[in-house]
Amino acid sequence: MKSTLIALVEDKPGVLNRVASLFRRRAFNIESLTVGHTEQPGVSRMTIVVDSARTDVRKVAQNLYKLVNVIQVEDVTERPAVIRDLALIKVRTNGSTRAEVMQIVETFRARVVDVGLETLMVEVTGTEEKIDGLVEVLGSFGIVEMVRTGRVAMVRGSNGNNGKSQYRVKGE
Amino acid sequence: MRRTGAQIVWEMLKREGVEVVFGIPGGAIMHVYHPRRDYGIHHVLVRHEQCAAHAADGYARASGRVGVAIATSGPGATNLVTGIATAMMDSSPIVCITGQVPTSVIGFDAFQEIDITGITLPITKHNYLVTDVNDLAYIIHEAFYIARSGRPGPVLIDIPKDIQKAETDFVPPEEEVRLPGYRPVGPGDPEAVRQAADLINGAQRPIILAGHGVLMSGAMEILRAFAEKTETPVALTLLSKGGFPESHPLALGMMGMHGEVFVNQAIQEADLLLAFGMRFDDRVTGRLEHYAPKSRKVHVDLDAAELNKIVPVDVAILGDLRQVLEQLLPLVEPASHQEWLEQINRWREESRARDIVNRPSNGRLLAPQVVHAIWEATGGEAIVATDVGQNQMWAAQYYHLNRPHTLMTSGGLGTMGFGLPAAIGAQVAHPDKEVWAFVGDGGFQMTMQELATVVQERLPLRIALLNNGYLGMVRQWQEFFYDQRYESTSLLNPDFVRLVEAYGIHSWRVTTPEETHQAIAEARSHPGPAFIEFQVAQEGEEGNVYPMVPAGAALHEMIRRPTPAVKAR
Ligand SMILES: Cc1ncc(C[n+]2csc(CCOP(=O)(O)OP(=O)(O)O)c2C)c(N)n1
Ligand SMILES: [Mg+2]
Repeated sequence: MKSTLIALVEDKPGVLNRVASLFRRRAFNIESLTVGHTEQPGVSRMTIVVDSARTDVRKVAQNLYKLVNVIQVEDVTERPAVIRDLALIKVRTNGSTRAEVMQIVETFRARVVDVGLETLMVEVTGTEEKIDGLVEVLGSFGIVEMVRTGRVAMVRGSNGNNGKSQYRVKGE
Repeated sequence: MRRTGAQIVWEMLKREGVEVVFGIPGGAIMHVYHPRRDYGIHHVLVRHEQCAAHAADGYARASGRVGVAIATSGPGATNLVTGIATAMMDSSPIVCITGQVPTSVIGFDAFQEIDITGITLPITKHNYLVTDVNDLAYIIHEAFYIARSGRPGPVLIDIPKDIQKAETDFVPPEEEVRLPGYRPVGPGDPEAVRQAADLINGAQRPIILAGHGVLMSGAMEILRAFAEKTETPVALTLLSKGGFPESHPLALGMMGMHGEVFVNQAIQEADLLLAFGMRFDDRVTGRLEHYAPKSRKVHVDLDAAELNKIVPVDVAILGDLRQVLEQLLPLVEPASHQEWLEQINRWREESRARDIVNRPSNGRLLAPQVVHAIWEATGGEAIVATDVGQNQMWAAQYYHLNRPHTLMTSGGLGTMGFGLPAAIGAQVAHPDKEVWAFVGDGGFQMTMQELATVVQERLPLRIALLNNGYLGMVRQWQEFFYDQRYESTSLLNPDFVRLVEAYGIHSWRVTTPEETHQAIAEARSHPGPAFIEFQVAQEGEEGNVYPMVPAGAALHEMIRRPTPAVKAR
């Protein structure tokens, strides 16, 4: 099973390196890791996906907390959350297949963002399953190039993420 | 107040209470060295940067304060690495300051440029590359705070040359650190503490496994009160020696691979393990499937990542050990465990009867007896540093300690060469106390150059070399587990006495038991540093450390000391 952790970290040079180094050193198996800014200046947010069959999610969280620049870690796997992945897919097309591809893109609520002589570039966001589905269908036309961002996640509801964590180190 | 980066370094070290630093200068750190004497901080010039880190580590362990090591960029910085890793594995608070090439050429493979923050990323608690002189004062303040708080550890600050030279208005940083995610733990969760108290109150055969955390959280007094109130015997890890007085009736001694048999027996038979500030190192548990099979387990540690990491426990308490024990003490009932203690004492007597120091001399010089003699002569009051190998285990087994911060030994990393520089650090921290370094002939030759530092600093250090002509601990493994093929473990050694005399250190050579006491007495009354080479038994049962849990065996499957009867054969 895949587990999703959200880590808030200080936006300082080398922090991503520290996190990556930790995963390597402790032999944690990471499926994907995304980093980006947040609503708070100076704070970055990482979404980390681990295969919980191979890597103990609690250990990942506990070890992340040992890094001085890690502010908060939350396991959102069991929480109602919106989870998204984004992909850009360049599909081979010709005069006869183009319309068909466009129709598939439509069905998946994806978008064509660039048109070449022999290719179309498709942008799609959604759950990983949805994107996997699209990739599979487009595969029969020939995928020239593809890039995926990896998972980002946010818990539903009106609360911000701050101050709520299953693994928050207790005792101030 | 206009100050250069170099001046800020010393200004801040002073503010952090630093009185002494250990290091070696070089091109990229010369700016820092230049104003040192204006600040009245003593500098101990070592002979190899590894020993600057070890000495800072020894100083930290002996004083309970943060040790400081300084090195230049490139090779100076890489030489620190073994010392930093040693401090990391044993949670010892040191701050290392390294010079770096100017910021304008970082990344250009400049002369003596090395990415030391990259290299030390996994072996420091935290590290910094300073890129603005205005950050320097705060970074130093934060570095000291991180090094000593929570689970202590080494912190490295890499300062490029142009930052050392740059001037700025020096504003002392505020006391409060700005670390939104870093919160050292306090007391434990009251519910978990209550559950632990219930287990303790119901136990018939409890045992405390005291770890390094006892010393680091300053829990010596409260641990003693707890042990006495609940009448629970206390086993120690190598690094917690001194955390509970070994002369106390409830003290068992060291557990694990070279612990006494009765201590490991007690662990295997206990119905409750109280693991206090220790981390179930494999040298302590032996084979995990058979570890303490009859017991419920309570684990108190300040590092969440240690809880349930190796041994799954019934109650895990995340918290500062001293504070958790303060919570626990009122909740536990006074108890008596006479039957259990008597059982342990019967095992203890059995172990004692086999003990080599309780046997009449057979004319050969035996390392355990040497350590025992030094322990007796010093009344157990010396500060002891050890190297790694058999000498380390003999020192741990036979030099019983009653006070905290009196043993410097490399536990987690097992770094040969640690003994002498760590003893230097301890002696610098306590110039008026008697400090003994126990070293083996192999490890001594890894950092022996520091004898020059001993002399230059006029340190009255006592060094006991247990010379067995072998990489003894490896030889022992070869004897037991590698078909007695002594592959690359025999040492052709120099004449140690002449060599050490060449440094200007008064030296003795002891080859028989009869000479032992007099040499020790003379070395102790000698005013300056003193060195005794003990040519101890090299091989066979007299040259081995007993008892021993073979790697991968269960704790109760120990290789016991050969009995006197077997010996007479
Ligand atoms: C730096 C380093 N290299 C190698 C080892 C592996 N090792 C562990 S004990 C030992 C033998 C130590 O020999 P010596 O210093 O003579 O001590 P003895 O065991 O004989 O007392 C060795 C080589 C080590 N622990 N550290
Ligand atoms: Mg030896």
